Amino acid sequence: MFRPLPKTTQRLAMFFIWGGGVITVLILMVVIGYVLVQGLPGLSLDFLTTPPQGGLSGEGGISTIIVSTIYLVAVTVVILVPIGFFASVYLAEYARDNRLTHLIRYGVEVLAGVPSIIFGLFGFALFVTALHFNFSILSGALTLVCLLLPTMIRTTEEAIRAVPYSYREAVLAMGATKWQLVWRMLLPVALPGIVTAIILCIGRAIEETACLYVTLGGSPAMPTSLLSGGRTLSLHVFYLAMETRAFDKAMATGAVLIITIIVINFLTNWLSSRFQARLGGRK
Amino acid sequence: MIKKSKWFALPLAALLVLVFVLAGCTTNATSTPTTTATATPASTATSSPTKTATAKATATGLSGNITEAGSTTVQPVAESIAAAFMAKYPEVKVVIQGGGSGVGVKSVAEGTVDIGAASRELTNDEKALGIVDHVIARDGIAIIAHSSQMVNGLTKSQVKDIFSGAITNWSQLGGANKTIHVVAREEGSGTRAAFEEMVMGKDTVITATAILQSSNGALKTTVAGDPDAIGFLSFGYLDSSVKALDIDGIAGTVANAKNGTYPIVRPLLFLTKGEPEGLVKEFINFCLGPEGQAIVAKDYISLN
Amino acid sequence: MSRYFTDRLARNVVFICATVSFVILLAIAVFIFKEGLPAFKEIGFINFIFGMVWRPGQEQYGIFTMIVGSIAVTAGSLILAIPLGIACAILLADVAPFKLRRFLRPLVELLVGIPSVVYGLVGLVLLVPAVREIGGNGFSIATASIVLMAMVLPTIISISEDSIRAVPMSYKEGALAMGATHWQTIWRVLLPAARSGIGTSIVLGMGRAVGETMAMIMVIGNAIILPKTPLDPARTLTGNIAVEINYASGLHENALFATGIVLFIFIVILNSIAVILFKRGTHVQTVT
Repeated sequence: MFRPLPKTTQRLAMFFIWGGGVITVLILMVVIGYVLVQGLPGLSLDFLTTPPQGGLSGEGGISTIIVSTIYLVAVTVVILVPIGFFASVYLAEYARDNRLTHLIRYGVEVLAGVPSIIFGLFGFALFVTALHFNFSILSGALTLVCLLLPTMIRTTEEAIRAVPYSYREAVLAMGATKWQLVWRMLLPVALPGIVTAIILCIGRAIEETACLYVTLGGSPAMPTSLLSGGRTLSLHVFYLAMETRAFDKAMATGAVLIITIIVINFLTNWLSSRFQARLGGRK
Repeated sequence: MIKKSKWFALPLAALLVLVFVLAGCTTNATSTPTTTATATPASTATSSPTKTATAKATATGLSGNITEAGSTTVQPVAESIAAAFMAKYPEVKVVIQGGGSGVGVKSVAEGTVDIGAASRELTNDEKALGIVDHVIARDGIAIIAHSSQMVNGLTKSQVKDIFSGAITNWSQLGGANKTIHVVAREEGSGTRAAFEEMVMGKDTVITATAILQSSNGALKTTVAGDPDAIGFLSFGYLDSSVKALDIDGIAGTVANAKNGTYPIVRPLLFLTKGEPEGLVKEFINFCLGPEGQAIVAKDYISLN
Repeated sequence: MSRYFTDRLARNVVFICATVSFVILLAIAVFIFKEGLPAFKEIGFINFIFGMVWRPGQEQYGIFTMIVGSIAVTAGSLILAIPLGIACAILLADVAPFKLRRFLRPLVELLVGIPSVVYGLVGLVLLVPAVREIGGNGFSIATASIVLMAMVLPTIISISEDSIRAVPMSYKEGALAMGATHWQTIWRVLLPAARSGIGTSIVLGMGRAVGETMAMIMVIGNAIILPKTPLDPARTLTGNIAVEINYASGLHENALFATGIVLFIFIVILNSIAVILFKRGTHVQTVT
């Protein structure tokens, strides 16, 4: 049987590894590069501050879209963060190793893998139809909360668990109740980690489209209340690309999204490295 | 360490939201069956407690909110009329959303919007739900192709054969030797329903290989980007990015539709649950009146 | 308010919040099954799953073409993404110089976060016309697979890289000391040791591919046919739900929820596989 020399295989393999790597990087660079190159020229203060003319003409800017996005994300965060924080505190500090805990963990894990559109279907059935919130910021935000809860719980739990055990012993030894331990010690110490988790969730909320497509309504008008419809930046890209020929505006909005994601990634990396340095430094 | 007070803010805010939610929920539940002009009933509960959501005809004019959803064919004209209506009555807010004719019928039947929009006739089942239709305009359906398409006109039966899949190549129609790419709308689209009724007839269905898009805009975008595509589109969406083909030798223009020579014309409807009242009635009357019809006449066929 | 009271209160609040996620999962299951099961009853399970015709206007609901569509794009994207992704993961984990890694790793992480509509947009503008040159109308399984590949790649790369990197240094040193070439070390030692992590990355990537909605609507054409070649258009399960749910009512709406059930079951199976793989992976590593 013919067996190529190890050296030949080595060369060939390295060629393919580098080739594969280069192709991958090229593909990925094309996605970001193309959107930025096409989108940045259309990006101006004017674009950011004028309202879009409506779903059907591609004209106008994205001011109301930005407001809708921020509004939606804010409402989501306000509901998500307390629930997510308390839930992760339970899992990290209170939970005993019993079936219920396993059930909760299993729930979180499965929930994390459920596709966005299923959350959308659920949100549509429960919030939009059954509870009569209609297509609104509220319906969208509540759906997002369901979607993001697993991410929030997991990352926050990690942050809380990262706090060295000796800290807890010290606080409990002084006679503090468990809640005092959580509120006065764990929360402040793990804060950068928790903030990282929140920013991560904000990032995912901004990326999300499918579940919002069926719960948010897509109105480009300025939202006035929790029950008015809205359109996020991602949805706007979708509507522009599909409903109009305004690919330039779609690209510009896409560029705004990519820049936002870059900033969010930078923030999370910076915060988590600071968090680790802080815990490491005090050991 | 962080001050305690600051950290009470988050749960507190969450609590507030919950309270709003509950308040919004109850207001909504009580008001939807009556179908007054309470478009966003929870506006009382959320941002502006002073503003009541029901319509008030005051000396200065009208105030309140109206929501409309449904047919994407009606959407552009509804948006324009809404803008004019809001300009006349600054206290009124009219929100126009798309979705398709199916959404319009469904939402108005469920009371999730004040006005539904449809670009096809109501079925008897739908009328049985207590939905009242108001014809606000009429609209032609254009058969469109890419702007570079060599074929300029088709007969109605050729259109039928193309969309049923019997004719598959542009050369069969005097064009280039290229496969025809049929682009159609989703089921639930009023334009599709009207097209099927007027062109396809009862027994012929649109070919399964057709690319399906979920709105007039998406359909136009697709046809505009594909040299071999053909599709059907509301007159209101026609622009230079696509080419409207003549049908039986008649150009697809508003004038031809108005004088009755263009063969594919259907009504555009506003739908209300029961007879309209208050603000909604004012809005529909505005659409039917001279100001509304003047806007309609720009891209669609006005009623007179 | 005594601190002991607060403590007890907090214990309850914290517990309730923790159960919320499980309750949501239950609620999702209950809602989707409640809305979807009537469709199975009315249409018949076999007719629904294996029916070839989806025509809500004529009360015909068969999702077989969409199941095939979903599987086809998922398979297509994975066939493209797995070799590229693993090659890239090996490159980043073991071959590339540190400086290159420092530059590439954040880029890959960034790409995980790019909204799917942006991938869809690039696909629509660049890829659809390009594929049209080859044949068909551009909206096709091939186009969708390539777009999905780009979305799945970052997931596969980052998790695979982590797992390759997690293989203890001593393994590699041992292999190299015995005179193995770099490639032999990678192929015979590193990859087998990182097998479960790579498997997990693929399953997660698959989950992402199956669940993707908006980008698919944009580039796949949404036609309800059984695709015969990669250049044919198709429709995915996710796309079917998103495109039609807003105007569906009655049995049509139930049928869309039933589509959701099929998707849901699909994903739960995939996830369970991922969890099993992941557990086995950590287990093996603690034993050795």
